[in-house]
Amino acid sequence: MGDDRTDGSPRGLSPVARLILQRLGLSALLLVAVSLLIFIGIEALPGDFASTYLGQGATPRAVANIRAELGLDEPVWSRYLDWLGGALTGDFGASWASGQEVSGQIASRLGNSLFLAAIAALISVPLAIGLGMIAVRYRDRLVDRLINVVSLAAISLPEFFVGYLLILFFSVKFGIAAFPATVYPGMGVIERLEMVALPVATLVLVVIAHMMRMTRAAILSIMSSQYMETAELKGIGALRAIIHHAAPNAVAPIVNVVALNLAYLVVGVVVVEVVFVYPGMGQYMVDAVTVRDMPVVQACGIIFAAVYILLNMVADIISIVANPRLRHPR
Amino acid sequence: MRLRTIPPSAWIGMAGIALAFVAAIFAPWLAPYGEREVIGQVWEPMSRAHPLGTDNLGRDLLSRLIFGAQTTLFVALAASVLSFAIGIFLSFFAAVTRGLVDQGLSRLNDLMMAIPTLIFALVVLAALPQKLWILILVMAVLDSTRVFRLGRAVAMDLSVMDFVEAARLRGEGTVWIIFREILPNALSPLLAEFGLRFAFAVLFLSTLSFLGLGIQPPDADWGGMVKDNSDGIIFGIPAALIPGATIAALAICVNIVVDWLLRRTSSLKGGRDG
Repeated sequence: MGDDRTDGSPRGLSPVARLILQRLGLSALLLVAVSLLIFIGIEALPGDFASTYLGQGATPRAVANIRAELGLDEPVWSRYLDWLGGALTGDFGASWASGQEVSGQIASRLGNSLFLAAIAALISVPLAIGLGMIAVRYRDRLVDRLINVVSLAAISLPEFFVGYLLILFFSVKFGIAAFPATVYPGMGVIERLEMVALPVATLVLVVIAHMMRMTRAAILSIMSSQYMETAELKGIGALRAIIHHAAPNAVAPIVNVVALNLAYLVVGVVVVEVVFVYPGMGQYMVDAVTVRDMPVVQACGIIFAAVYILLNMVADIISIVANPRLRHPR
Repeated sequence: MRLRTIPPSAWIGMAGIALAFVAAIFAPWLAPYGEREVIGQVWEPMSRAHPLGTDNLGRDLLSRLIFGAQTTLFVALAASVLSFAIGIFLSFFAAVTRGLVDQGLSRLNDLMMAIPTLIFALVVLAALPQKLWILILVMAVLDSTRVFRLGRAVAMDLSVMDFVEAARLRGEGTVWIIFREILPNALSPLLAEFGLRFAFAVLFLSTLSFLGLGIQPPDADWGGMVKDNSDGIIFGIPAALIPGATIAALAICVNIVVDWLLRRTSSLKGGRDG
């Protein structure tokens, strides 16, 4: 990537702008490919909704009827194009199971899920980066080892275990937190925050160890690089070396770590929502998978994938912009 | 390798893994009751007859935990072995052949990794019939993308080494180069990765079962047991936490051993911080 150092490119774009445009194009392409995979790929798999839906004893006639009713008898390409066209305008069709519009359900649930993930991110990101820095500062001392052992244990805990543990202690034993985490439209922000306290705590606990370990590794690899050694040999103070040499280079890896974990949060909400009976996208999707309600599953799948791809893209763009070597090409 | 150089933490990890496998292999002899045998009231507390109490249908929790080890470990192990076989073979094949094959496989891999694993699994499992081998296959294929990425990186590093070049000039075939030149040299990072993948498979299977999409009842498996007993939590009954803690303990044990393996290989390389 970084080998593109020709000044004044033919189109008059700076290398940074060109890289960002490339990255945007790549993400758009990726999203189309993912939609193909989620729609056509699934169609290619064996197993048919109509016969699963009606069970073993279904007559071929009944199967044919339900296929016609759901539009499954049309060729897959035309259905894909219909679906994609609808998806782009925010119309994901109707649920097979309930007949309701998928978009309406998603509109309210997506907000709930993002709210949960956003609060968890606001708490976990500063905490994880701070702890990571502490671990580096006291490297190989007791604090670092302690953080290492605890975080190793924490990354092995399944979300549902952490969730039920918190419920058992904080809502059943002490009665200081709400369960289940019911939210409804028109609820006040304070009330809403009270409701999501435990789900947010679960997400934070699950994601923080990962983020912290990665932050630690990223900073350590910079601290052991040659320019830091040069700075040290040159005799400038440790603090100045960190501010002028390490920090500008550390932005990109740390942003990457954060984005990776934010993307993880978006997925982590699926399990946490089921544990806490929280009305978000994750629960909607899991329920739909159980009854094989394909329009809902595909809609949720593409939205989760889109958020994930978007976050990764933003991370890449920030690290392109933050990279001193790209900003000041020689 | 001298046994004395193994740190105590790694011993604990290995003991934990061994315990789980012993429980799984000798389950019919170790379990005090049958897997589906109803032997008491619903959610009885811990007692001498039932060391861990009973579950939501009055079955002995300890017995189900032991039988659950069988299912959970078998499926997780099968999925990780299969994902390794797929990932390693394709990645080494891509690294050795280069060119269009490498491009095609790598881009396909990027595409699959662009979708979060759990979401992908949910979409695929919604369309496929619920069978055990399908579950294993889906887990293996999704996880093989991670193995592919690591395997390709390792193999790319190795395939430009002189000894591979020499083998190629000698006129050895692709398969020979993969198995005789690259694989032996890639073994130690891959072993650590295998541990990680296994721990991930245990967690992933448990998550799927917890969501009701993995192992189907009445077969016991740890994630499914958490789901079965989760209704008891609001009454203060901790039955769901016991299988949850077991999953966590196994994952921690595997991670400790992997951590030690990784440290060992990185200090063997003689890094600056070694």
